Amino acid sequence: MMSAALTRDTDQTAAHHAQAVSNSVFGFWVYVMSDAILFAILFATFAVLRHNYAGGPTGATLFDLPKVFGETLLLLTSSVTYGLAVLAMNRKNRIQVLGWLLITFLLGLGFIGMEVSEFQRMILTGAGPDRSGFLSAFFTLVGTHGLHVSFGLIGMLVMMVQVMHKGLTVPVQSRLIRLSMFWHFLDIVWIGVFSVVYLMGVM
Amino acid sequence: MFGKLSLSAIPFHVPIIMGSVSVVLLGAALILALITYYRKWGYLWHEWLTSVDHKRIGVMYIILALVMLLRGFSDAILMRSQQAVALGSDHGFLPPGHYDQIFSAHGTIMIFFMAMPFLVGLMNVVVPLQIGARDVAFPFMNAVSLWLTVFSAGLVMLSLGVGNFSHAGWTGYPPLSGLHYSPGTGVDYWIWSIQLSGLGSLMTGINFLVTILKMRAPGMTLMRMPIFTWTALCTNVLMILAFPVLTVTLALLALDRYLGMHFFTNALGGNMMMYLNLFWIWGHPEVYILVLPAFGVFSEVVATLCGKRLFGYTSMIWATIAITVLSFTVWLHHFFTMGSSADVNAFFGIMTMIIAVPTGVKVFNWLFTMYQGRVRFDTPMLWTLAFMVTFVLGGMTGVMLAIPGADYVLHNTEFLVAHFHNMLIPGALFGYFAGYAFWFPKVFGFALNEKWGKRAFWMWASGFYLAFMPLYVLGFLGMPRRLEYYTNPAWHPWLEIAAVGAAFILIGIVFQVIQLVVSIRARETTRDLSGDYWRDGRTLEWSTASPPPLYNFAQHPVVQSRDAFMAMKQAGSTDQRPDTYHAILMPKNTPAGFIVGVLAFFTGFGLIWHIWWLAAGAALGILATLIFRMMQDEVEYLIPAEEVQRIEAARIFRHADADSYQQVPA
Repeated sequence: MMSAALTRDTDQTAAHHAQAVSNSVFGFWVYVMSDAILFAILFATFAVLRHNYAGGPTGATLFDLPKVFGETLLLLTSSVTYGLAVLAMNRKNRIQVLGWLLITFLLGLGFIGMEVSEFQRMILTGAGPDRSGFLSAFFTLVGTHGLHVSFGLIGMLVMMVQVMHKGLTVPVQSRLIRLSMFWHFLDIVWIGVFSVVYLMGVM
Repeated sequence: MFGKLSLSAIPFHVPIIMGSVSVVLLGAALILALITYYRKWGYLWHEWLTSVDHKRIGVMYIILALVMLLRGFSDAILMRSQQAVALGSDHGFLPPGHYDQIFSAHGTIMIFFMAMPFLVGLMNVVVPLQIGARDVAFPFMNAVSLWLTVFSAGLVMLSLGVGNFSHAGWTGYPPLSGLHYSPGTGVDYWIWSIQLSGLGSLMTGINFLVTILKMRAPGMTLMRMPIFTWTALCTNVLMILAFPVLTVTLALLALDRYLGMHFFTNALGGNMMMYLNLFWIWGHPEVYILVLPAFGVFSEVVATLCGKRLFGYTSMIWATIAITVLSFTVWLHHFFTMGSSADVNAFFGIMTMIIAVPTGVKVFNWLFTMYQGRVRFDTPMLWTLAFMVTFVLGGMTGVMLAIPGADYVLHNTEFLVAHFHNMLIPGALFGYFAGYAFWFPKVFGFALNEKWGKRAFWMWASGFYLAFMPLYVLGFLGMPRRLEYYTNPAWHPWLEIAAVGAAFILIGIVFQVIQLVVSIRARETTRDLSGDYWRDGRTLEWSTASPPPLYNFAQHPVVQSRDAFMAMKQAGSTDQRPDTYHAILMPKNTPAGFIVGVLAFFTGFGLIWHIWWLAAGAALGILATLIFRMMQDEVEYLIPAEEVQRIEAARIFRHADADSYQQVPA
């Protein structure tokens, strides 16, 4: 009798935890949706201001398309490697998870490095965000995406520490899944940035 | 070292400001002294400031709302008295710069720091109880939302004594809010305070959406959900969809001001009208964010206090959903005079008239619920009745303004001021007051005094008509809004009447304070021992004790129909108790939410005054706190079954006691 009640309590606790994980994943989906709106507004702003050069440089003169294509490849590949980290997580292979996370992190860092150098080059040549409405919108849209990627990188460091110290526990797995949603989402946003800002800007 | 901040930022030479600052400081000092005297610091910290209990968070939100109502109303009464005297040779007591800050602060405070916390507080208190849940989906995030809101309200209060508040209106239109015309820190106070509280609102929206969609009691399908929960759900959807737009808009304005960008400037390719579009794409849904939960309160109050099931539940739900969707299709009616083409204006004008239709459906539903009901004129019902009459009037003036041609004449006049106060005071505030009186016994276990409640109601209701009907007339007489001085003597009598109305409302607020004091002192005589204070409670919150135990429900209630608690009462199953109780997992308290709030305050302060090390340091502190918190796995604790059994047994004992006394509300 006593042990039956105890089992039921443990069952309830397990159900409670499963519910908590499912809530967090759903909640994160909703957050990603609201973040998508944030980017949608930035895209709309860019669309309104994209020809307001105010006598300054245009996209065609500023953008170095092969370089941006390299950036794009880095980020897209990092999405694949994060996917491999999640597959390793499902196999409960901790070392592989760490390895793929590290590779993803380095690819992401490479992306941010290239973006920062692009920004730096533009600002030094007098095409900073205060030059024209077009450039304000450009730096804000691309920079907001870069800021998100940077937060994703911090998240990856934190997750690597957790995988090392805690192992692949239920909460850690749940956090890895949420970070992967975030990372793939940023990939999708980047495809929008690449097409709308860079390709259409150079065309 | 201290950026733009120096001692000269404190306006020692302006007696009105120094007077208000001393009142605020004295009040704060008095509260702190009382806490120290009664040795309540430990209690306050452990039971409230670090609490993640949705009921306590709700109460703290409502306390913030009531405090900020006093502040926002003080601004209102200053404006009303200024306009009542500032004619001809008399320039009144407020210089233009100060008057501009007052109307900007009034709007900002009433929307962001009175109405939003009030409705979020009601949602916090009521929604988990109505759906039979033990807490919200993310209790810690709930605490973060609260403290972000509280401390951003703190920034607004700080602007009273340190520097200025914005003078660009609560909408902060550029170019006036741009760096060129507002080089001071006022607009920055406005930007960062609502940016931070907006983040809190976004998190609240996500939190409650997940709570409502994932944590309902078994058997509670969407179409069995209590109506207040439905309106809360739609409000959350609006928060999630609309608040990111505000976040971006404010960020872009900040980038213009801080990094010299050109989003909304007049030169180098900026576009000012883009700001208006963006602001109102958030702003119009925001109106419905404020109003929908109040509609939910009215629906609950009408059904309960007329002793009838709500008329047209399904149509009420669909009307709410229709409003939710349509609220994103009307934003341009805030600036018909921008000069869009006639077709664009006509589209938004027609959409604006269409959105009045579902609201009309709701009004008829409430009326039909009352029809042949046994109407009890308790305070919540009085607020509801006043709302119905007044709101319909305001709705009609709204349809007038929806005609672009008429709007060209009435735009930016006192007519508009009268219209939106006529929507938001009955449509939102009266609803929150109704909810405050309706659920007060649930939260605290004793009732609010009816006599003082009714007195306050009559002062508010009559004060509202006296204060705002004259503004319609003034609009027709051509008086622009936001005037601190005027020369047209024809306006003067109407402004005097409006000032009398404000005085009536002041008395109403004083009566509300008295009501609270009287009710607390008489609490032993109005204890709600049954949990079902109004005796006709229909939804699950009335099935648990008042105040509810920490875990709300010892057992998850099982729902078989709409109005679940009423059905249980009719089936005679309310007194059934389980044979055994089970241990319950509850979230642990944590100081992290409070710490994030404090650090956000310093981030905001650093940004406003360009103290970069402070802003960066505090922001890093927030990041560290959040990472630390997110790495914790043991965030819950178990209430043992014996403890649950003890609490429940005590309640059954009290309940039996109540039956023998026949405890009824006055």
